[in-house]
Amino acid sequence: MAGPPVMPANNKNTCGVSVKQQLAGDEPVKLGIVVLEGPYQHEAADTAYNFAVAALEKGHEIFRIFFYHDGVNNATRLMVPPQDDRHIQKRWSELAEKHNLDLVVCVAAAQRRGIMDEEEQKRHGKDANNIAPGFRISGLGQLIEAGIQCDRLVFFGD
Amino acid sequence: MSDVKNFLYVNRKAPHGTIYALESLEVVLIGAAFEQDVALAFLDDGVFQLVKGWDTSELGVKNFQPAYTALGDYDISKVYVERESLEERGLTEDDLIEMTYEDEEDDWAEKSSIRIVSREEMAQIMRDADVILSF
Repeated sequence: MAGPPVMPANNKNTCGVSVKQQLAGDEPVKLGIVVLEGPYQHEAADTAYNFAVAALEKGHEIFRIFFYHDGVNNATRLMVPPQDDRHIQKRWSELAEKHNLDLVVCVAAAQRRGIMDEEEQKRHGKDANNIAPGFRISGLGQLIEAGIQCDRLVFFGD
Repeated sequence: MSDVKNFLYVNRKAPHGTIYALESLEVVLIGAAFEQDVALAFLDDGVFQLVKGWDTSELGVKNFQPAYTALGDYDISKVYVERESLEERGLTEDDLIEMTYEDEEDDWAEKSSIRIVSREEMAQIMRDADVILSF
């Protein structure tokens, strides 16, 4: 019984070559960033932030930063880390404000983990919300759209 | 840039222990509505996601394995499983669930979606993908 070909029949690469050339040189690229891990326990959220800062410094465009899995926990404004430690949520919010970034939190992942904006709070009859400035809650379609729109979609997880 | 991109979902983690497998599957199901060219890759502990006969009753979590067999209904016909990852874990293709799709170009004949590929072939599949979603 024949299945699909193991290798794609035509070795097309719709944007890879040009992007590789762009990344090697100084040509700006459009990036999507996906954060899959929460703050503090895993380094992925820090690495994603550092990557975003470095990319912006190099003049690249960040189309969207999408928070999924435990990554949605980056978006709670209720975190209170020790004063001599980095404040991961504020760092994202400030970066978003400075560069007009689109920080999107996946609604399904957020619901599981109790990340709420005012609308979600009302919808689920909860007594509080906790989303931080600069973040917005939306669907997984926003992640797929980033994949379609961006030259590169970069994942940060475990 | 072409309107349709090659999306490759890379699954590297065991089905239980983290939520990676379940939430990856949720992206695949949502993404199916966007009419892109979609393929799935299973390697490292990710191959355990496709091993037959899950029993999650004592874990207290939902058994979402049936969702994998339903992927053919979402026009997903390319499921690449890395041979070396299977071998390193004492597994063979016979240990895997059946995943099928209906081939539009062959009078809708039902065919297996699963392709066992070498590590080298997997690397080429990743090189050819436009978008890699790594879970």
